[in-house]
Amino acid sequence: MNPSTASEPTASQNVPDASGRFGPFGGRYVPETLTYALDQLLAAYDAARNDPTFQAELDGLLTHYVGRPSPLYHAQRLSQQCGGAQIWLKREDLNHTGAHKINNTLGQALLTRRMGKSRVIAETGAGQHGVATATACARFGLECVVYMGSEDIRRQSPNVTSMRMLGAEVRPVTTGSRTLRDAINDAMRDWMSSVESTHYIIGSVVGPHPFPRIVRDFQSVIGCETREQCLRQLGRLPDRVVACVGGGSNAAGMFYPFVDVPQVKLIGVEAGGRGSQPGDHASPLTYGDPGILHGSYSYVMQDADGQTCDVHSISAGLDYPGVGPEHSYWKATGRVQYTTCGDQAALDAFDSLARSEGILAALESSHAIAHTMQLAAQLPPHEAVVVCLSGRGDKDAAEIARLRDSIASRT
Amino acid sequence: MSAIDTRFQEMRAAGRKALIPFITAGDPSLTFTRAVVEELDRRGCSLCELGIPYSDPIADGPVIQASYTHALAAGVTLSNILATTGDLTRSVTTPLVMMVSLAIIQRRNPSRFVSEAVQAGVSGLIIPDLLLEEAAPMAELCRQADLSLIRLVTPTTPRERAIRIAEQSTGFLYYVSIAGITGERSELPPDLVDNVRWVRERTACPVCIGFGISQPEHVRHLAPVADGLIVGSAIMRRVAAARELATNETQVVAEIGQYVQTLLDALPVAKT
Repeated sequence: MNPSTASEPTASQNVPDASGRFGPFGGRYVPETLTYALDQLLAAYDAARNDPTFQAELDGLLTHYVGRPSPLYHAQRLSQQCGGAQIWLKREDLNHTGAHKINNTLGQALLTRRMGKSRVIAETGAGQHGVATATACARFGLECVVYMGSEDIRRQSPNVTSMRMLGAEVRPVTTGSRTLRDAINDAMRDWMSSVESTHYIIGSVVGPHPFPRIVRDFQSVIGCETREQCLRQLGRLPDRVVACVGGGSNAAGMFYPFVDVPQVKLIGVEAGGRGSQPGDHASPLTYGDPGILHGSYSYVMQDADGQTCDVHSISAGLDYPGVGPEHSYWKATGRVQYTTCGDQAALDAFDSLARSEGILAALESSHAIAHTMQLAAQLPPHEAVVVCLSGRGDKDAAEIARLRDSIASRT
Repeated sequence: MSAIDTRFQEMRAAGRKALIPFITAGDPSLTFTRAVVEELDRRGCSLCELGIPYSDPIADGPVIQASYTHALAAGVTLSNILATTGDLTRSVTTPLVMMVSLAIIQRRNPSRFVSEAVQAGVSGLIIPDLLLEEAAPMAELCRQADLSLIRLVTPTTPRERAIRIAEQSTGFLYYVSIAGITGERSELPPDLVDNVRWVRERTACPVCIGFGISQPEHVRHLAPVADGLIVGSAIMRRVAAARELATNETQVVAEIGQYVQTLLDALPVAKT
């Protein structure tokens, strides 16, 4: 309970331990009411992952329903534009529902059915996890309620419409900052009263044990495919792998299969927002300290008293004051390097990718693209950088146009 | 032995039951918090629970959430709360228990937090997000400081686990009446009385029931099977209503006093 944050020698893939620890990070800090449901989930997951029929069913869904494997695409024009290393895009944006989130929600929907529960709740920021949960629930005939901050409902309205069409109820959250953090609070409160019949499909590698591990495992298909595709398409592993980090699920899924290959450098990109002052960014790994939020011990933006700080990002999916505990572990061990990318750089990268490759990236993923472009420019042409294009940008197009108009009218 | 142990020993010997009000520290001000606790102490509440405002209270319903938000917006800090608590413990006889999230304790540093709480005269801690499995280091700090560490049992806790939690609990055991968040309920689960009785027969630790309790009927119904009853949202709702109506604070303190008196009057009469 008073873990040290001293750096560990090397990162292991053999985490978390039985108590949900990634080194000193993770654990389970929740009200007693949730213990039973978390233990039940852990038992169901342990049984499922040793059950070949579970894995076969999930693989079948990933192939025929999601459209996996997602392509690894050589962005030649973008690479030329940067004038350095070769940029490869892992196309999670081409998945059914337009992002990596479906990898996790199908897995957890199967677990929901296995536990004999009939109702699902979820939180969502950008709405991608909400859509992916609503989709999985429709596919399995489960009742679905999605908590979403009212600010996010405004800025990601296309996804709200989709969720409702898929049969989900979207409950606006009007407390606190009205964003992802508050949506998680309300989803957890719902779960406190509904644990008997309801599973909480958490959307990122955050929350109490065993969620960070389960979500990482379901998302690891991204990194596993990338490894194989690199060997096939490049004839070798990539030199660097880049992903954006909010809660950190696409990054965890991309990085985890590379953790034991030290020659592959891993880089996580947090939302730098509009500056380095508290309240201007959403970069707990870069600017925060270890603390407790949403049931686990990890880096978080807190004030001197331990109150969670408001954070800012142009991207609703990265606008979160905490981060998954395994990222804190990778930071502490030095296995992953974390950096930031600001709002404007993400918007510029969105444009660059759109114009050079004909791909609209999600604003979340645009943060990773922006850093990759800077990085590639400094590297020789024979190096290969893979970036996780975690979602597509259709949901953001209207909001980006609105932001441009408001900037234009001010100048 | 902490002041809470002594208090329950006396009460059990006298056949009395505790009524434990919960007050958010600093909503709308610490001056107000102090006045309410002094009023409730005068009226004979046997213990008092101070809620330390937290930005992300997962176990709390809308009333206490809003109360925490107002207190934080008004600028209350942990240091101010500890200072006011220090003044209060000198002016009241009721032992004070802090309900505080682990995020706050962790940020302060657990051993510093415990020593500051003891210095302020606090008798016990309720840490709603500290589970049995993670509690050993905190329990050791509290044991050394003679501070009670009150554990929680809920309707979803398996019975074997409830016993283990009760064995670890000091001061009293907090029996959460419902699977859910804090807030007034008109009806409580039908099996609550039997479940509390079951645990209480198996532990020497006093058992107090909280969550949902707001009416004299609840008190009459539950007091016989427990050592005490905790009332929070019903009190903080009156603070919120007074904020809406801009009622003057003296009047709000009196109203809360009168309301709590109706609950005190519903407690069983002591053995003579």
